[in-house]
Amino acid sequence: MIDLKNFSFSYGLTPVFENIDLQFKEGSIYGLLGENGVGKTTMLKCISGLLRPQKGTCTVDDNTSFDRKPEFLENIFFLPDDVPLPDNSTPESFFHDLAGFYATSNEDEMRRLAVELKIDPTRRFKEMSFGQQKKSLIVCALALNTRYLLLDEPTNGLDIPSKSDFRRILSERVGGGQTIIISTHQVKDVENLIDPIIIISNSSVMLNASVERITEKLYFEYGGQQRPDALYSEMMPGGYLNVFPNDGMGESQVNIEALFNAVLRNQNIIKNLFN
Amino acid sequence: MDFKKQKPIYQQIADTLCERIAGGELKPDERMPSVRDVAVQLGVNPNTVMRTFDFLQQTEIVYNKRGMGYFVSSDAPEKVLELHRKEFVEEDLPIFVQKMNLLGLSFDDLKNTVAERKIL
Repeated sequence: MIDLKNFSFSYGLTPVFENIDLQFKEGSIYGLLGENGVGKTTMLKCISGLLRPQKGTCTVDDNTSFDRKPEFLENIFFLPDDVPLPDNSTPESFFHDLAGFYATSNEDEMRRLAVELKIDPTRRFKEMSFGQQKKSLIVCALALNTRYLLLDEPTNGLDIPSKSDFRRILSERVGGGQTIIISTHQVKDVENLIDPIIIISNSSVMLNASVERITEKLYFEYGGQQRPDALYSEMMPGGYLNVFPNDGMGESQVNIEALFNAVLRNQNIIKNLFN
Repeated sequence: MDFKKQKPIYQQIADTLCERIAGGELKPDERMPSVRDVAVQLGVNPNTVMRTFDFLQQTEIVYNKRGMGYFVSSDAPEKVLELHRKEFVEEDLPIFVQKMNLLGLSFDDLKNTVAERKIL
């Protein structure tokens, strides 16, 4: 389990997180959502031990992240949005360089995933498009099989077929006890994949709930009239998409973009609703 | 008037599986595709598909053999029909009636059209 307690982080005088309590339980694909600059990457860096919180603690299986003990490091991998790649490196060489540090790594799996994502592990990164590089890095990261995998904006630069390939290979992962955190502001790319959903804003956690819980608390109506009691509504073909507190309406399909907007605009209502 | 509803994903997946049962592609007492296979095929979270199977088990369309996964119930086609009837009466019909009211139509107004289409 990843456990942030009374967690505060700031860059100089600029606070990023203030007094956050947040837990990531095992065996799920968490979606970490937030606007640009809200601190998604900072949070992943703290979890992976690259940054130290000024206050509070950040532990992974009871190891303080920033202590960077071997038993912590061998179980976690953080794939940043932007990875510096040595000139002549290939996905294969990149994987080999890493694999030695991770007892769980599996080369066969790297090759299988490479086939599935249609990349050539022997090709040099510098000869690849941005999207191909990104896919190659995702393949390597997945094949390390660490208990915790943090992916920062993994769908950035992927073409449309690759995005659905990405969802497929990620969905294979659930159930093996692996915990994956995907940070993104491109929520459409990971719709129906991420569960639970975490939304951060204003230095704190606005929402941390499973999709089931979200549908219990909020109702998403597609194509009705604009509702005065809606927490958020937007025009869509055939009427309005309304998000409003679910008062015995049954279950509906979550639209993550609308959820995101509803949460950001009604922070107190949402907090009360989900507490 | 609000009468647009979109089912949660797990129910949409259940509908697809029900169609495959009703269409005879998945036959009574045959093994259902695994949770994992369905999830990977659709690129959705397997926990969502777990809910689909829970739902299908509650409605007795599938049953679970311990350690062997889910199987199509022997009377699954009938159960699917039952479920669809229930959905029609509880969800589609109220919307239909609401629309009739909005448009000022009575059953008598629709009788001929219904008869032309040879419904029952």
